[in-house]
Amino acid sequence: MDNNSLLTTIQSKLMSQFGNDFLSAELVADYPTFIIKKDRIADVIRFLYDDTELAFQYLTTLATIHYPDNQGQEFAVMYQLHNLPKNYRIRLKIFFSVNDLTVPSITSVFSAANWMERQEYDFFGIQFKDHPNLKRILNMDDMDYHPMRKEYALEDATREDKDDKMFGR
Amino acid sequence: MSSIEKSKIEIAKAPPGIEGAGFFATSLDKAVGIARSNSLWPLPFATSCCGIEFMATMASTYDLARFGSERLSFSPRQADLLMVMGTISKKLAPVLLQVYEQMAEPKWVLSMGACASSGGIFDTYSVLQGIDRILPVDVYIPGCPPRPEQVLDGIMQIQKLAQSETIRRRDSPEYTAMLNKYGIE
Repeated sequence: MDNNSLLTTIQSKLMSQFGNDFLSAELVADYPTFIIKKDRIADVIRFLYDDTELAFQYLTTLATIHYPDNQGQEFAVMYQLHNLPKNYRIRLKIFFSVNDLTVPSITSVFSAANWMERQEYDFFGIQFKDHPNLKRILNMDDMDYHPMRKEYALEDATREDKDDKMFGR
Repeated sequence: MSSIEKSKIEIAKAPPGIEGAGFFATSLDKAVGIARSNSLWPLPFATSCCGIEFMATMASTYDLARFGSERLSFSPRQADLLMVMGTISKKLAPVLLQVYEQMAEPKWVLSMGACASSGGIFDTYSVLQGIDRILPVDVYIPGCPPRPEQVLDGIMQIQKLAQSETIRRRDSPEYTAMLNKYGIE
C-alpha cells in the first residue's frame, strides 16, 4: 500500500468509527497526517493498534509543539505510529488551548509512552489524564516552570555579567 | 667510552631550615606541605569532553604520575583534590556538592574547562553557570577543552597552594565563614 492509499484507507476507517471527532487527513510531504479531537486520541490510537489490517503497534515518538500565536489552539501534541511488518508510518495530531492542557494518556496502549508523556509534562506542562506517574523526568524537581514554552527565555536567568547587546538576548 | 649524561630528574627539594651534623630542623608546615603537594589524590568528576583530555593527561605521554597524582581516588573520603571536568547540569549540582562535602580536609578544587568554570557555551536554563556557584574553587583552567599541558599547569598551581598552606588555615574562622557563604557547614 502506498502513502496515498494508506491515507484514504485510514481516513475512511476513522471517519466511520469516530465521525465528527476525526477532523482532517492530509499528506504532509510523504507522511499521512491526521488531526483528531483531543478527547478521543487514546481511543483512536487503541483502534489503530487493534485493527488487524493496520496494526499500528509501535510508537515511534510523541512530541509537543507550542504555537503561542495560534489563538485558542496554542498547543499541539503529535504522535508517530509505525506498523513494523508492513512498514506503514503515520502521524496523528491534536490541537488544544493553553487553558485546557488535559490530554488523555496513551500509557494503557503503549507502555513506552510513560516516559515520553512525563517529558512533555516536564517541558510544556501538558497534564496527561490517567498517567500512572506524572512527574518531572529530566529537569530538577524544584524547577517552577515549564522551560520549553516560548514565553520563557532559553538563557539562564541568574546571569548578570552578560550584556544584552553583545550576547543577543 | 661514552660519557653518562647527568640525570635531569629533580626530586622535591628540602625546605629552608637549619642543618647540622645529623639533624635538620624546619617548620612542620613546610614538611607537611611538601608531603601533601607531592601526593595529591585527585577525584575525577568528569562529565564530558574535558574528561577525555584528562584521560590523556593521566596516560603515558603526559603522565600525571610524575607529579605524584597517579593514584585517582574514586572515594571522596580518600581524595585531596576534586577535579571537576565538564558541564554540570543543575540537576547534578547537589550530587557534586555532596561529593565535595564528603571529602576530608584539607581539600582543594580544580575547575577544568569553560563549562565547569562558567557554564561555557551552555548559557541555558538547565546548566549550572559555573561550579563556583555552589562550592569554593581554588584553580580554574580555561579552554574548551584545555590541553593536557594546561591541566598539568593547573595541578602545579594546586601543588603550590598545598605547599604554602599553613596547617591551621582550615580551622580558622575565615575559612568557616568562606564555606558558610556557599551554605556549607
